[in-house]
Amino acid sequence: MSRAAARRATNAAMNVLAALAAVVVILPLVLIFGFLVFQGSTALNVDFFLHLPKPVGEPGGGMANAIAGSLILIGLAALFGLPLGILGGVYLAESRDRRLPWICRFLADVLNGVPSIVIGIFAYTLIVLPLRHFSALAGGVALGVIMLPIILRTTEELVRMVPASLREAALALGLPQWKVILRIVLPTARAGIITGVMVAVARIAGETAPLLFTAFGNRFWHHGLDQPIAALPLQIFAYAISPYDDWHRQAWAGALVLISLVLVMSLLARLATKGLYNRRGNYG
Amino acid sequence: MLKSDLTGAATAERLALPRSLIPARRGGVWGDRLYQGMVRAAVLAFVIIVVGIAALLVYAARPALATFGWRFLATADWDPVAEHFGVLPFAYGTLVSSLLAMLLAVPLGIGAAIFLAELAPFWIRSAIAFLVELLAAIPSVVYGLWGIFVLAPLLRRWVEPPLGRWLGFLPLFQGPPYGVGMLAAGVILAIMVVPFIVAVSREVLLAVPNHQREAALALGATRWETTRLAVLRYARSGLLGAVLLGLGRALGETMAVTMVIGNRPEIALSLFAPGYTMASVIANEFTEATSDLYLAALIEVGLLLFVVTVVVNGLARLLVWSVGGAVKEVRE
Repeated sequence: MSRAAARRATNAAMNVLAALAAVVVILPLVLIFGFLVFQGSTALNVDFFLHLPKPVGEPGGGMANAIAGSLILIGLAALFGLPLGILGGVYLAESRDRRLPWICRFLADVLNGVPSIVIGIFAYTLIVLPLRHFSALAGGVALGVIMLPIILRTTEELVRMVPASLREAALALGLPQWKVILRIVLPTARAGIITGVMVAVARIAGETAPLLFTAFGNRFWHHGLDQPIAALPLQIFAYAISPYDDWHRQAWAGALVLISLVLVMSLLARLATKGLYNRRGNYG
Repeated sequence: MLKSDLTGAATAERLALPRSLIPARRGGVWGDRLYQGMVRAAVLAFVIIVVGIAALLVYAARPALATFGWRFLATADWDPVAEHFGVLPFAYGTLVSSLLAMLLAVPLGIGAAIFLAELAPFWIRSAIAFLVELLAAIPSVVYGLWGIFVLAPLLRRWVEPPLGRWLGFLPLFQGPPYGVGMLAAGVILAIMVVPFIVAVSREVLLAVPNHQREAALALGATRWETTRLAVLRYARSGLLGAVLLGLGRALGETMAVTMVIGNRPEIALSLFAPGYTMASVIANEFTEATSDLYLAALIEVGLLLFVVTVVVNGLARLLVWSVGGAVKEVRE
């Protein structure tokens, strides 16, 4: 084989290998979704969304309390993470200082990589230990800390993308800075910030590890924010490692519901970004 | 610090304009002060939270730190009843499962990223990038559920027996095929971190300036030679960053691993044997820790995990940023 032919053959082989790698990477997605839909749909019914879990041995029952609990926890996390993240992101984007924003950006990226279970320990020592019991509040704070770096970085990036001409025009008309931010900059960046929020919510909706010893889980409706609360991922975990077939079916159903929630969030985030790109095109 | 250079009286003074030309603004000064105060407070709170996580972990782990000192890192004994605690079996499990995951995920992830950034037709790129994003969005507990009921039986029935038969002379592939164990943990981790490696590597590759490729192609290089010589070499520190980001994920991943690794605090050479990781021991035993020392020992495991992931992620960030910076310099 001539040298040129050998080079062409290597080229072709590497191209095929790269394409194969892409296929292998995607393969588990197909397998996981296949099993989720196949196993989950047989166990999913109206009761699942409306009823409390039944004791072992009694068929039926649902995860209504866990679904509600997850929504409450996400709400608490957003209450804590959104204002801090958005305000902080505005600061990072608008600040003329060189050092502090760099440090914050670095800290945000590092915090984003800290295992969520470690954040759980943080919430445990901060809230559960002083209050002396597991609580929805502690779970919400843990999830809020997890969403914080995501919100911070997306807000910063999006605020930075708002054209300077808009800002200058507003300032030239005599608007004070806070009004420029509130009425011009943030609304312009809105679609992107919403995307960041959706991505963050999709991430925390499935978090289990930090809730194990903060929200703790609960087989009944919860009674107040200082009490343990059920969450969909916790319930899936508890049922998956249980020895009962009936609970396994419920776990699949729960996983199907959870993944649908996460996917809807991700898709909404994607749609919001699409609008953003169009709009950005208009400025150009 | 934040300066409102463009607004207010400062501008008027700098431009030597009479103040009367600056329009009167109702609530401008107070509003601006409030705004500045709020954004600064938010950023400060964020910094305090990050520093607070580290400080609180050290504070809560104090009893264990004081009792065991450095021995904690070198003891393989985990006996809650006798209150002997050593992190070694868990550190071993975390390390081996993560390395196994990287061994599987790095070639696949970088291969897929090359396909996405360099080779694939445009419509395939966006479709696959979207699927990879979906893969990254699947919650850990769902991976774990799938791992217990699909992956572990699959390994037990179809993968581990042939591995034992053909490669059984290696200590890695000896012993009965349980299904759950180190191998299952490594495979599920590989599936979970590969989307991150693909996403970051793809971005790094796309950040390589086109004149690199054009120069190589103009010299008569094939597509693969261009990729290898002009793109991969240029992007290597960024790719290393992508790999480290994936490693950081793998080290701290909790639920899926806990569900498939078998949770036995022993150091076994065989990949078929059950193991235990630092994250899973926290997940399993935290609510059962009855004594203060036991709890502190678990928190110290968390502290170690925190330190390791911060170092790995910090390094990864700096590497990824260094490529971004290099690209910017070239463009300017």
